Amino acid sequence: MSEPKGGKLAPGKSDSRKGGPPWSRADKPRNFRQAVVQLTGYVGVYRYWIMLGITLSTVGAVLSIIGPQYLKEISDEIFDGIGTGTTDTSAIVSLALITMAIYVVSFILMGTEHYIIPAASERIANLLRRDLAHKINRLPMNYFDNSSNGDIMSRLTNDADTIGEMFGHSVSMFVTAAVLFFGCIVMMFYTCPILAVITVLPALGGFVIMRIIISRTHRYFVRQSRNLGAMNGLVEESYYGQQIVHAYGDEDNVRRRFSEINRDLYDSAYKSRFISGSMPQLMNFVGNLGYVAVCIVGSMLVMQEQITYGVIVAFIVYVRMFNTPLLQLSDALASMQSMAAASERVFDLLEAPSLDDESGKDTEVGEIKGEVEFRDISFSYIEGNEIIHHFSFTVEPGQKIAIVGPTGAGKTTVVNLLMRFYEVDSGDILIDGISVRDLRRDQVHSMFAMVQQDVWLFEGTVRENLMFNRPSVSDEKMIQACKAVGIHDFIVSLPEGYDTVISDSAGLSSGQKQQLTIARAIIHDAPMVIFDEATSSVDTRTEKLIQKATEDLTRGKTSFIIAHRLTTIRDCDKIVVMRNGRIEEVGTHDELLARGGVYFGLYNSQFENCA
Amino acid sequence: MGSREWTLVILAVILILGQVFMDLAIPDYMSRITDAYLLEDHDTVIQYGIEMIVCAFLSLILSLAVGFILANFAARLGMKIRAAQFDRVQEFSAQDLNRFSIASLITRSTNDVTQIQNFVARGLQVVIKSPILAVWAVSKIHGSSIEWTMVVVGALLALVIVMVVSLRLAIPKFMNIQWLTDAVNRSTRENLEGMRIIRAYDAEEFQESKFKTSNDNLLENNIKAVKYMAFTWPFAQAAMNFVTLGIYWAGAAIIFNAPTAVEQKLLFSDMIVFTSYATMVLSSVIVFIGIFRMLPRALVSMRRVREVVRTEPSVIGGTETEGTEKGTVEFRNVSFTYPGAKRPVLEDISFRAEKGSTFAIIGSTGSGKTTAVNLIERFYDVSSGQVLVDGRDVREYDLAALRRKLGYVPQSAIIFSGSVEMNVNYGYGSESRTQDDIRRALRVAQAESFVEALPEGSQSHISQHGRNISGGQKQRVSIARAVCRDPEIYLLDDTFSALDYRTDRELRNALKEETAGSTVIIVAQRIGTIMDADEILVLDNGREVGRGRHRDLLRTCPEYYDIARSQLTEEELL
Repeated sequence: MSEPKGGKLAPGKSDSRKGGPPWSRADKPRNFRQAVVQLTGYVGVYRYWIMLGITLSTVGAVLSIIGPQYLKEISDEIFDGIGTGTTDTSAIVSLALITMAIYVVSFILMGTEHYIIPAASERIANLLRRDLAHKINRLPMNYFDNSSNGDIMSRLTNDADTIGEMFGHSVSMFVTAAVLFFGCIVMMFYTCPILAVITVLPALGGFVIMRIIISRTHRYFVRQSRNLGAMNGLVEESYYGQQIVHAYGDEDNVRRRFSEINRDLYDSAYKSRFISGSMPQLMNFVGNLGYVAVCIVGSMLVMQEQITYGVIVAFIVYVRMFNTPLLQLSDALASMQSMAAASERVFDLLEAPSLDDESGKDTEVGEIKGEVEFRDISFSYIEGNEIIHHFSFTVEPGQKIAIVGPTGAGKTTVVNLLMRFYEVDSGDILIDGISVRDLRRDQVHSMFAMVQQDVWLFEGTVRENLMFNRPSVSDEKMIQACKAVGIHDFIVSLPEGYDTVISDSAGLSSGQKQQLTIARAIIHDAPMVIFDEATSSVDTRTEKLIQKATEDLTRGKTSFIIAHRLTTIRDCDKIVVMRNGRIEEVGTHDELLARGGVYFGLYNSQFENCA
Repeated sequence: MGSREWTLVILAVILILGQVFMDLAIPDYMSRITDAYLLEDHDTVIQYGIEMIVCAFLSLILSLAVGFILANFAARLGMKIRAAQFDRVQEFSAQDLNRFSIASLITRSTNDVTQIQNFVARGLQVVIKSPILAVWAVSKIHGSSIEWTMVVVGALLALVIVMVVSLRLAIPKFMNIQWLTDAVNRSTRENLEGMRIIRAYDAEEFQESKFKTSNDNLLENNIKAVKYMAFTWPFAQAAMNFVTLGIYWAGAAIIFNAPTAVEQKLLFSDMIVFTSYATMVLSSVIVFIGIFRMLPRALVSMRRVREVVRTEPSVIGGTETEGTEKGTVEFRNVSFTYPGAKRPVLEDISFRAEKGSTFAIIGSTGSGKTTAVNLIERFYDVSSGQVLVDGRDVREYDLAALRRKLGYVPQSAIIFSGSVEMNVNYGYGSESRTQDDIRRALRVAQAESFVEALPEGSQSHISQHGRNISGGQKQRVSIARAVCRDPEIYLLDDTFSALDYRTDRELRNALKEETAGSTVIIVAQRIGTIMDADEILVLDNGREVGRGRHRDLLRTCPEYYDIARSQLTEEELL
């Protein structure tokens, strides 16, 4: 039950740009075998597709070992025929036909594999993106206190893309190459152990060097992925805050920070690119080295008459054949390096502690009467900085409750706790006598229609924004709600009426956005209502209108209203006055005024200028 | 590209030439070594062997050098493109930003540039090397048997046809990838920003289904691209194999038709050499064509980036840095229509705010109040009329100089992730401000007490969008930011609505004390906030319906009276 607090911050964490908490693993070279194992375990059904692909490509690879054998036989036939004066090519033709058949089969197998593997990889990337998006909605709120939107977005696009491009490809190439590699080795040892050792030794040396390079350079790949995330973060934030950046002339500073990240990215990008690019070159050299070694040692062996000349000819073919898997292995390893770096970031997010799984909670709730009890709750966003202290309060069914108090008193926090956006540190909240902990989050959420302080509309039509998650609502009901909050006429005046697309910030004033969000809440008829500063940007005449509309909405329903304009809450059943996370006073408007306490002061402060 | 980049490219070309020379020498050595075997001349074998290793080693060194240069070049190019693009977007007005959408600009700034960078890093070497290698190799086998040449030419033709057809089909799909990535970015960003509402409405699945659409569109598109390209590579492999086979097959006839055994032997050797060069030609053509697989995506990315870089910002600064007066703001017959909108948001507005005065704008939701402020900041330009600051048209000012005069506080506070101090002491001149200035700003903005209560005071971390502080606290940090720079003119766009009345009043009192001499343009919903302004402009649907002091407006302006009546008691109205 205490799990969501897993991510709670210790005071003293500051700059998240330096790498933030959960994903700020040091630049330790992590074995990419781990990434492959992790991904393979993750990809479920696609595993079989990958396996099928690998099987196909292995068979194809084996065929491509066999192919040259026939070519060799053809060339032997020709060579043997030289000087004998034969013109009989029938043996050659039949050999050629067999070879052709082998190549055609290999072509079909490889072609199928080249479809299956990348398609499976794309599906894996799709799966990862889907799960990442799913995960975002299951993370405790405080995870986001320390992450940047842009960085998370980078994991869904840049990192998932990298995995998609590299995973199937590199794994299948790796396996194929390994099969070829060992196949060649077996055949070489079968033909001549000494020459085999001579060929394999440089290759092994090459691998040792490659391993060393990989383990020494993995950090550049991790850094590249991370720099890209940081860049996304900075870019997202500065575009979002462009107005302020401009108004305050902070362009130079933003540019400087950008350049720093850009330079880091340049640095890690060229280093990792150089490393990926140089591995095939290195293996190419190793292949050539093997070739020469075979020639030289072979010729010495021939001189000592230990082997025949034919063995060398065969070996020259093997050595060339051996080059292919070497190159492929090095290529696969290079790809895996980028993939491992990306998958580290993806899994860091996927494996961050989620909200508890609540599917086991099956507390039945009947019709909600709307009794809400806060029982001695305390809460802190940041450990050691408690901001709600022993808050106790009971709301009778159907009461209209106002929560007032100076800015930062903890009003929104109380609502956050009621909605279980955050979990209380101690104490309990009960709805109709049931602890909210015994309910699933979605059960709690569905009890409330909520309008929040931050207006949020998404890119979509007005209608989609209003119907939000309730496509079954009738147009009639929607229009009625819009009329009630006084936005109907405006919507109708838009080019496409209710089907006008609302984009980033085009054309709607903050007040109109608030009106839309209130209409949304009205449409989402729920047993209880929360209004958190719902009308702060709406002019007061419209507010009156909205008030009337919400009176209908809240009639007989328990409702919580947070407002600064105290005129709007005069007729609430109870007014809870909060200060510094504690309840200062509770009572009706008249009672509180008569008492002459905090509320009296707050209320009168509205009019002090009029005197 | 600067001279440094060109030098790198030229250097790379020279090194590649050297490398190609070495690469081509290697098969030569191989055939010579083979020949030496035929003659059983072992000393020559060793000698050639050593020479070949030297060649291979030189080739390795050269290719590593080329790899280094090109990796560096590509990364440098990427860096430059990113910087150029970012600088350009920095100059964009709100209108320009909206035109591209932030989500798309983010993809363009990172993902698109990565595409270009990868293409250059992997492709440049191939683009330079393959043709050189192919031509060189062709020259080596020039004049060989017609049959053999036909085999190679036939294979090349088949290869080119298959590649062209596949690419034709696949290119449109590759071109879509970046746009579809935009959509993925957009839904992710939307989800992140709307987190609380989404949770409150249990709309996680609703959002995820929207995400699924963009995610699946991307998948479907990519799968198609993959399908079209699937057989190209195996086909290329097969082409190589068939060429070898074809050469041998044709070779058998040619060789057996030669009259003498010596000629036959020579032809056999020719065949081996021809095969290896033919393979080299084919493989460089294949690699060259293979690069075209990456080209479409890179080209689209390039186009998308260029679109941003080539967009002239719709608001361009002038050159003047000073006005002719101090602390005045004037509107002369200003009208403004948002691009694409039917009706104007502001129509024929005129007023003048004098130095040190407080000028208030009030009006119903959507009446154009925010727009008026945005015009002073020059986030947008007027459709007609003139906005003057310090007696000069805002369009004549250098943008930075204009904005330096202004202390702008937007309606919804914009908070950056970083310390409180970084958010308050923000922007131009921040390095010259002292701790005292910051403390004063926090005090005036009534933010001192809550900031002090934070675990690390003004060094405490605030998260992006101020997610870890309350709405009113965000607003006060945002106000402190304006106070901290001590501007000539304050632009307060409905800044106080998230504050309780007491804080509102205390803040305004403190502001008045601290900022005597500064002009204040204030947009508000609350009568209480503006009733002692020197002049109040009442807007309704973008038109002026009243202007004057509180007392007068109560009598002369019915709209104002309505607003007042909805907030004040009867006695207060009198």
